[in-house]
Order: sequence, then structure tokens, then C-alpha cells
Amino acid sequence: MAEAARVNETDRIKVKPNISRGDRIFDIVNMTLIAVSVLICIFPFIHVLSISLSSSRPIMSGEVTLFPKEFTIEAYVKVFSDPSMIRSLGFTVILTAVFTLFCMAMTIAAAYPLSKSNLKGRGFFMVVIIITMFFSGGIIPEYILVRNLHLLDTMWALILPGLISPFYLIIMISFFKGIPDSLEEAAEIDGSSHFRTLLRIILPLSMPVIATLSLFYAVGRWNGFMDTLMYINSPELYPLQLKLYQLIQNNMATELMRNEVAGTANMMPESLKAASVIFATVPILIVYPWLQRYFVSGVMLGAVKG
Amino acid sequence: MKTSTYLRRYWQLYFLLILPLAYFAIFKYGPMYGVQIAFKDFNFFQGINGSEWIGWDGFREVFQNQDFYRTLRNTLMLNILDLIVSFPAPLILAIMLYEVKALWFKKLSQTILYIPHFISWVIIGGIVYQVFGTQSGFINNLWVSMGFQPIPFLTDPNYWLITYLLTGVWQSAGWGTILYLAALTGINKELYEAAEVDGATRMRRIWHITLPGLRPTIITLLIINLGNMVTIGFERPYVIGNVAVQEYSDVLSTFVYRIGLESGQYTLATVVGLFQAVVGLIFVLGANFAAKKTTGEGIL
Repeated sequence: MAEAARVNETDRIKVKPNISRGDRIFDIVNMTLIAVSVLICIFPFIHVLSISLSSSRPIMSGEVTLFPKEFTIEAYVKVFSDPSMIRSLGFTVILTAVFTLFCMAMTIAAAYPLSKSNLKGRGFFMVVIIITMFFSGGIIPEYILVRNLHLLDTMWALILPGLISPFYLIIMISFFKGIPDSLEEAAEIDGSSHFRTLLRIILPLSMPVIATLSLFYAVGRWNGFMDTLMYINSPELYPLQLKLYQLIQNNMATELMRNEVAGTANMMPESLKAASVIFATVPILIVYPWLQRYFVSGVMLGAVKG
Repeated sequence: MKTSTYLRRYWQLYFLLILPLAYFAIFKYGPMYGVQIAFKDFNFFQGINGSEWIGWDGFREVFQNQDFYRTLRNTLMLNILDLIVSFPAPLILAIMLYEVKALWFKKLSQTILYIPHFISWVIIGGIVYQVFGTQSGFINNLWVSMGFQPIPFLTDPNYWLITYLLTGVWQSAGWGTILYLAALTGINKELYEAAEVDGATRMRRIWHITLPGLRPTIITLLIINLGNMVTIGFERPYVIGNVAVQEYSDVLSTFVYRIGLESGQYTLATVVGLFQAVVGLIFVLGANFAAKKTTGEGIL
């Protein structure tokens, strides 16, 4: 009897899912809250975008919120006609590309031998690498090293110290380990060298992890700021973040000054600051939607073995 | 296999390792060798090896420095507040996203919620100024138009804390959902069906099935966070902070930068860095021990 009633009940639920009113209210409230979070997430971008496209008067009187007032692209004309800004963008693109290429080459070169569990000395090498994940000399000894190597104020100061991330290396190693040994053995029997096996068999099979890690390295370099602050002095070697930081410092300075005296002489127009922020953000926003799945899969890879 | 045959067969693998190992030796172990300047009166003319040993003098000086205690306090304070404010956010968001049935809505929301994670702190700093600024920031525009006095979000230390924390939530909450969502895929769907049949409401199902399913993930992440209590990134407090709020925004990482690279007190800065590294290591190992005790599995 009880069982019959139960079967009946499941049938009812299967025929009409979501029947309860509580359920529907839950869904509505839940989706509304998520929508609000999403709006909070993008609102600052939209606000800055609106500022960048508005004239000074409505910005100063605080009228600009979600939509540009007295629409103008003047700020963008200024940003794009500023040669130092364009040069900075160009330099950052080159820097990021070179950095990512070098990092991947090094990470793959390290990961392939270390993925072979019968490699003699492997345990020792792994310990040497893993120690660096938990202890580092700190920024001052790093700075002294870079200075002693005469890398200060060169592009290489931003490339060489970060060539291999032990975390990404471990992700790479565990991916290589997952590739069936039989493939490599077959290649070896055919007389393929290790180099050839790596290039012809392993790498083509590893494209997803290569894409993911390249992306992580690239984003890290693109967004990296502290080392640029430490190592770069010449304005022609300013990456975008350092360039932008100076504008923000200018912001902070005016913010502090305003507390004492209202209005200062050589203030940068708000719209120009906003346009610079958008200018530095857009490259990330353009590539992000296409590459999102690689980012997410990368976190999973890291979580499995992290 | 004889060593010579072994090498003839595998030399290519060792060849591949040369550059990476050189990298680790120079750029990772090089600075570790340089740590000795914490015990030396370092200057660039005499170099690391030539500078004079001063023993624990550097440590004594640091431990007598008021600024050191202030930055240590701030580091712990910002991390603890961050843990309280920023830790539950991704958990709640992940559970909410998990309950969404419309797939397009879920995907779209996730895509947008992840974005702030990819924005650099410098850019976020620029945005923060536009949103929280006293004179022309969005929030104050709104606030003033309602007839209130503007709030000094960026220049009053206490309000600045709010700015700092909210920015952290904004930046990390969306991305933080990923690990929880991954853990949620592992929960047996039949549990929900059975609960539904038994008449459990959605809230009850979340409470009795979803949350217990996330328990190991929550504990692990909590322990990792606790292990990182003395570690603080440089960029966030440095970019969002300023002179007016230094009382709270000055943390160990910015302190090391300031006394080391701005004032050239390399020895003292290295001492602070070494202190942070050693205490950080103890915390991480302690956290790993705690993780082994509670979840039966280490996090390292």
C-alpha cells in the first residue's frame, strides 16, 4: 500500500516537475539575486565606460552613471594619439608574446623528462623544484640578483625571473603522465628520438593543456605590475600596467589634495583617465570570452593535483 | 642497464632539463643564497659575499621598529577581515548557480562573474577611484544627491577598509565558485530526487545535501586560507592604498618594498622578507597538518 502510494507520487512529480509554488518562488528569487550579482560585477565597467565617453561638465557635476552624457569620443582620440600610450601597448604585446613563448618552451622542456617515472634522479629534481613553491628568497634578494645580472631596466628583467611556474609545471607533468606509454614505446621501437617523440607525438596530444597554460602565463604577464615597478625605469619600457598606474597615482594625489584645496591646476580630465582604464581593459575583455573554457579547465587541472 | 648505455639512451631527456634546472638554480636558489644579507650589512659595492657579517643585529632593529608591528598587524587584520567577508561569498554564489535550471542563464552569469578575476589590480585601482572617489565617485554622487555628506571611502582609514574588502569580494567571488561547482558535480543526483519525493523543500535540500557535499571543499579551502594568513599580495594594498590610509593599508609586502627599494635599507627589508617567508612556511605546514587531521588528506 505504502509502496503503491510512493510510486504514484513519483509519477506525479515526473509528469509535472516544478509544480510547487515554493519552488517557483525560489527560482525567481534565486535568479534575481544572481542577476543582481552579475550587474554588480559589470556595473563598474559600464560606469567607467560611460565616464570615458562623456564631456567634462556632466562628469564634474556627477550626472554620469550608466549612460554617457553629452557623448564624445574626444578622450579616446587623445589616448590613441598619445604615442607613449601606443608604444606602451605595443611593448606589452611583444613582452607578453615573448614571455609566453619562452615560458612554454621551458615548461615543456622540464615537464617531459620529469613525466617519465623511470628517469634516474627524477625524485631529486622534483624535490628541488617543489621546495621553491614553499620558500623563496624574497623580493630584495631577487632584486639584487636581477641587478647583479645587469638586467635592470631591460625587457629581460620582466621575462627571465618568471620563466617557469612550479604550479604550472606540475600541471604539465601530470598531463604528460596521462598520455598512454604505449604511444611513446611504439615511436621508440620505430627509432624515434626523444626529441622527435616529444614534438611529433606528445605535443600534438597536449594542445588543450598547452593552450591553458599559455593563457595563464600570458594573463599573468599582461596584468603583472610589481616587477615592472621594481625593475623598469625608462619610460619607453613602461608596460601598460605601469603606465596606467602613474595615471592612478595622479588620481590618488588629486583625491588627497581635494581634501585640502578644491580644484587643482593641471588635473587630467576624468574622461581621459577613464578612457585609459578602458584602453587597458579591452584587450583582456576581447580575448576572454573565447578562451574562458581554457581558463576554467586549467583550474580543474590544478585542483586535481594542486 | 649500465650507466653508459642508460645515458646513451636517455641523454636527450637530461639535455632537455639543463635550461630549466639552470633557471631554478639561478632565479630561485640564487635569491635563497642572497637571503644571507639579512645577517650582513649589505651594500652593492662589496656585494653579497664581501659585505660584513652583523649577526642578528638586523633582526633586533626590525623587532624594535614600530612600523614593523603595524604592518604585521595590518597584514593579519586585512587577511582575517578578507576571510570573513570574501570566503563565504563564492560558496553562496556557487550554491545559487547550482540551483539554476536555465542553462543559458547559468552560463551567461558565470561568464560575466569570472571577468573581474582577469582584471589587473592596477586597472581595478582605476575603477575603484571612479566608483568610490569622494568628489566625483559614483557612490558619493548618489549619496550626495540624496542629501548626505560625501563619504571619504579612499582617504579615511575605516572607510578605506570597506573599500578594500568590497573590492576583494568583487574581484574574487565569481572565480571562487569554480572549485565549489566542480565539487557539486560529484554529488549524487538521486539524493535530491529522493529528498524531493520525501517532500523536502529546496532550502532543506540545500541544507541537508548540497552543503554536506561541499564540506570537504570548504574545509580544505578554509585551511589553505588560514595557511596564507601572513602572506599578502603586494599589488592590492599598494594600488588601492594611499598615504592618508597608511595606518591600515601598510602591510608586510608594501613595507618590504618601501624600506628596501625606496629607502635602500636592503638588510632590514630582507629581514622582514625572511621573517614573512619563515612564518608563512610554518603556517602552511601547520595548515597541511590540520588538513591531514580533519580530511585525512594533505593539501600539499
